[in-house]
Amino acid sequence: MRPAYRTLIVAILAGAVLAACKQTPEVEEVEPIEEPVVEVITAPPEPPEPPRVDRDGNPVDVATGRPLGRTFYFEFDQARLSERDLRVLAMHAEYLRDFRNRSVLIEGHCDERGTREYNLALGERRAQAVQQYLSSAGVRSSQIEIVSYGEERPVDSGDTESAYAKNRRAEMVYR
Amino acid sequence: MKGLIKAIAIGLTLAAALGARAIEIVITEGWDSPTKIAVVPFGGPPLRDQPGPVAPLDLAGIVSFDLVRSGQFDALPSDNMLSLPTVAEEVYFRDWRILGMDYVVIGGAEVLPDARIAVTYRLFEVASEREIISTTWTAPGEQLRDVAHWIADEVYEEITGVRGAFATKIVYVLVQNPNAPDATYELTVADVDGERERVVYRSSEPILSPSWAPDGKRLAYVSFETGRSTIVVQDLATGARRRVAEYPGINGAPVFSPDGTQLAMALSRDGNSEIYIKDLETDVLRRITRRPSAIDTEPGWGPEGKSLIFTSDRAGQPQIYRIDLATSLPDRLTFQGDYNARARLLPDGRHLVYVHRSNGVYHIAWQDLERDVVRVLTETSLDESPSLAPNGMMMIYATQLRGRGILAVVSVDSRVKYNLPSGLGDVREPAWSPFMTVDAQTLASRAVTAR
Repeated sequence: MRPAYRTLIVAILAGAVLAACKQTPEVEEVEPIEEPVVEVITAPPEPPEPPRVDRDGNPVDVATGRPLGRTFYFEFDQARLSERDLRVLAMHAEYLRDFRNRSVLIEGHCDERGTREYNLALGERRAQAVQQYLSSAGVRSSQIEIVSYGEERPVDSGDTESAYAKNRRAEMVYR
Repeated sequence: MKGLIKAIAIGLTLAAALGARAIEIVITEGWDSPTKIAVVPFGGPPLRDQPGPVAPLDLAGIVSFDLVRSGQFDALPSDNMLSLPTVAEEVYFRDWRILGMDYVVIGGAEVLPDARIAVTYRLFEVASEREIISTTWTAPGEQLRDVAHWIADEVYEEITGVRGAFATKIVYVLVQNPNAPDATYELTVADVDGERERVVYRSSEPILSPSWAPDGKRLAYVSFETGRSTIVVQDLATGARRRVAEYPGINGAPVFSPDGTQLAMALSRDGNSEIYIKDLETDVLRRITRRPSAIDTEPGWGPEGKSLIFTSDRAGQPQIYRIDLATSLPDRLTFQGDYNARARLLPDGRHLVYVHRSNGVYHIAWQDLERDVVRVLTETSLDESPSLAPNGMMMIYATQLRGRGILAVVSVDSRVKYNLPSGLGDVREPAWSPFMTVDAQTLASRAVTAR
């Protein structure tokens, strides 16, 4: 038992060393050293922007003062975001770029029409539409998680068009 | 006749047996020539299939009810019978001819010294005054309902030439308090007449898409127990559960291959929903479809496991496709309607049933693949999840009645329809089991009675 135990310790140490090595920059990629440039600071650094988060740390809409956690709605059997949705998403992307420690869960949902499994895939496609916009706007993939609930979690259990419209959605929840 | 106890017929009528479940069977066009049959109340002591103060079982009533639900039989209520024979000597064909009967079934039960029950029944053809079947089933008391369904299966096959599917099961999801924070999802197995409901898995998270292994001993289904979709295979006898797919993204639509060794499924682990086949012994995963921009889901197996049918929106809207597993070449099967999904092949491999939208309404359609004929089978609302009896004669599906999910059954020629009764809650996602083989371990046995 003892030699095996020792090997394990060695392995852990080796792992730690390797991990440390990874952080040292590789020589080939270091840019040529330039002459130091003296920068003339003409203005004091900008004061931090007024906090765009509420007391719970949720981002807030500057205009309304309401939290940015948001629901996007879709047409039947569609996963296309509206122009307005994209403008709102741009604000979220900016926030998420500023606060790399924040992340969002995007839940995709459908109305009850159509089959449950197809709707599971359609709900995912809706969540992915939001995810793809955020990613293309520079939000890290580690900050975004998606899940589809298909038609399993309606917000309105009615069978009218207005109930269906409320259920075809992607909910973005900040964590 | 020796060994068969002559006893007073159990005074339960078919009407009473029907009343207990209150199923209304609607025959829209009427069978061309419904076979008229009288199943006479069986003789023998009162029999119960469970302990406690429950009503004795009416075996003849269960047999009658099975046959009537096929739409191919018209059963005579026992109140209208001129005599109630329980042994061959008491059968007077003249009586049955007067009543217009084509066939008569009589029977009786006896409790054996080892507490098992022997049920002997005889099928007579009135026109020829012949005894066609004479069989004894021996089984423990708790299997008496099975015995009644086995008798119905034999009578049905003898008369119609088609294997009976009354001794099969259905699985479905019963949702208590649907759309409420305390909603409970119960994966439930029952007889096809709705009796003997048994919850096999309960969760506070959604359950969907249950499907049977070909031996009827395992189920595969989608569970959100982890907060995300996960595919679980559960053994019905032991209750043992195994998560066979919990990849990132969707894990959905599991269906067992005809030999039970593989599971076709929809996974989005590679970015979007695609069809895969997982070998349940080696855990090797094989990707079948490759359409990064399309939803491919809801696989179903073709005969002998050589092809898969599936739903895909690769042409813009969901339609049914078939892919040959040897060549990987897909071809589109449905062209009528702008939403066709969740298809199942009939046992002959030449007909399909699927969810079909026309004029904004969701029904179940039937399609003849060779002659390309499409027929709408149902006329209810939001019809979903069609599943066929293993003999291909009947189909169960989920629909809505007054805002509540219920199960309904329709014959594939759409002439016979009925709703399965349900208590509180929402019933959805039915799947009809394969034929169940009579298990040696159940101690049931069948003997053809010597004449």
